[in-house]
Amino acid sequence: MSVEFGIIGQQLVNGLTLGGMYALLALGYTLVYGILLMINFAHAEMFMFGAYVGLFTLQGLSRIEFFTSSGPALLLLYVLTFLIAMVVTGILGVIIERFAYRPLRHAPRLAPLISAIGVSLFLQNAALLWISSRSIPFPVLFEVRTFRIAGANISSMQILIIVTTILLMLVLDTFVSRTRLGRAMRATSQDRDAAGLMGVDINRVIALTFFIGPALGGAAGIFSGMYYGNIKYNMGFIPGIKSFTAAVIGGIGNLRGAMLGGFLLGLLESLAAAYISTGYKDVIAFAILIVVLIFKPGGLLGESVAEKV
Amino acid sequence: MTAIKNGIQSVTGFFSTRPGKIAFYVVLALFTLLMPVYFQSVGNAFMVRIFALVGIYVLLALGLNIVVGYAGLLNLGYIAFYAVGAYAGMNLGFLMQELLMGLGFLGEKPENWSYWALLPFAAVPGAVAGIMIGGPVLRLRGDYLAIVTLGFGEIVRIAITNNIGGITNGASGLPAIGQRVAPVAGQEWARLNLSSGNFIFSKDLYWYYIIVALVLFAVLVITRLDNSRLGRAWVAMREDEVAAASVGVNILTTKLWAFALGAAWGGIAGHTYAYWVGFISPESFNFMESVLVVCMVVLGGMGSIPGTILGAVIITAAPEVIRAMAASPAFSGILTAEQASLVGDYRFLIFGGLMVVMMAIRPQGILPSKRRARELHPVDEKVLAQENQQLWEAEHKHNTDSDIL
Repeated sequence: MSVEFGIIGQQLVNGLTLGGMYALLALGYTLVYGILLMINFAHAEMFMFGAYVGLFTLQGLSRIEFFTSSGPALLLLYVLTFLIAMVVTGILGVIIERFAYRPLRHAPRLAPLISAIGVSLFLQNAALLWISSRSIPFPVLFEVRTFRIAGANISSMQILIIVTTILLMLVLDTFVSRTRLGRAMRATSQDRDAAGLMGVDINRVIALTFFIGPALGGAAGIFSGMYYGNIKYNMGFIPGIKSFTAAVIGGIGNLRGAMLGGFLLGLLESLAAAYISTGYKDVIAFAILIVVLIFKPGGLLGESVAEKV
Repeated sequence: MTAIKNGIQSVTGFFSTRPGKIAFYVVLALFTLLMPVYFQSVGNAFMVRIFALVGIYVLLALGLNIVVGYAGLLNLGYIAFYAVGAYAGMNLGFLMQELLMGLGFLGEKPENWSYWALLPFAAVPGAVAGIMIGGPVLRLRGDYLAIVTLGFGEIVRIAITNNIGGITNGASGLPAIGQRVAPVAGQEWARLNLSSGNFIFSKDLYWYYIIVALVLFAVLVITRLDNSRLGRAWVAMREDEVAAASVGVNILTTKLWAFALGAAWGGIAGHTYAYWVGFISPESFNFMESVLVVCMVVLGGMGSIPGTILGAVIITAAPEVIRAMAASPAFSGILTAEQASLVGDYRFLIFGGLMVVMMAIRPQGILPSKRRARELHPVDEKVLAQENQQLWEAEHKHNTDSDIL
């Protein structure tokens, strides 16, 4: 019996780790969709880009001896890596918005979607051609310990990922619900024109959205690199579509929905991989998506968004 | 500048007159029919294959154009129907072969069922797959549909890789060792009777003409569709779903027809590809292929048949032609072999950038359909302001009138 529980517990922890990454990436999709009503197809590439920036930052900074000398310095190194990668990825997001999406703001909805696919193709191939076509190992500079709790092996890496993910989500949730800029974002998402008339600088809010989403996606990319030990130019594709799926399952446009959807999808996928089939692991997400969209088209928490036409 | 403009205008002016149009089509037809013969006769079999490949992608793009261009439904998993057609045709072929052998109709030399006999069995499963995926998800709004079709495309590819039902032979592809695809009827006859000297009427050349015939047939069918009741229903639905529904267009069946007919052409293209090349594996049906076909439709002009064909020709042929040109001595001074292969490597990067630029400056494509062009162009602020002004004036006038009364 305890063996059985061990497998379930193990898959739950794995699922939470995976779900955390999906949730972080899903937040970017849901933020952009909430405000511009477009699927930012290029968001999956933010995951990849963030991982690459994280890798290069880590490699660059770890050359400085101070950062690897002691525990707290190592922590500082990781905090710096995350900050730099998130900011750089965020800036890339803002640049993409400025040049690929802003000219299309009044265009029919198919146009920005196709533009986004173009950006995604461009970034993926830029990484392929200019960095490497092969997967690059992602170094882990601290010792990963494994704890055995209730028959499940939980690594310190998993704990780090889950805790940081939740921390980032709390920060975002507080920012959106408590601050002035967050209120501007919510207003813009409800009615862009009306928010503009009330003195909200729409372009700034949209740019901010395109900063926050990619920054979180970039963080998820670094987690993925640390967790799986390597990164590749096309690493964003599958997590990208799954995270979008997660955002839709939770109710697109709804931040807490994206978090819920991400964790749910991660958990279901891990359990399915253990109990159904690893070969069809990637099919699970799409199957769930289709079922959710048929029975609850607004998503699990997306009641209020469904009314928006 | 004006000289160039005048030059361009006189050229386009000539081609819009009747004799100009006839001249253009004659040249186009001669080029299409005779260029591969020329390439074959100079021993450049590679270019013949490129011509045939372009034809396959034209078929695919024409099929997708029904879904994206006419009905306005973004399908990002279109290549799945291509795969379904290819695998369905091949499997039925092998099945029939075994059946006939079992019944004793075939003696020592097992022959597969021919391409033509199985063509409907590729088109119908394609259409059925289209209805199967379309049925449950067509109620979704545009973007959701795009992501679900993308998911569907991935599901099909993963299922094929995992050898679903034991019929796809997994990642190693079909035909499996020991199985053989039947040659298409007439191929052997053409090789024996139409070859002369150095010129061999090869398998690729023969297939090329079959593909050209299919493309012509597709153009005919799709043009007729466009002008039919169904075609008008598609356009009405694309422009305003609610308005179309309120004048009696059944949205669900209209969308299903678009999906099924588009998918049927995907199936036909898949079957043709499978029998021409004689080998298929899941690698040929990945997401990038779906994106490329969407690119063809968008680049050429959504909803426009000449545009779609042009888009498919450009995207399929451009990198290969540049590569081949660099290899030929005539262009050795302009592009080195390295530069040319670099162009091949960079094509996706270039396509990506091109899609972004295209959407920003010419969202209607190179050769747009007139109606679609108006729809896709971003709202012009000046025009909008002018219209608002007129509306305001009309209202104002009305108000003053009522004051007098």
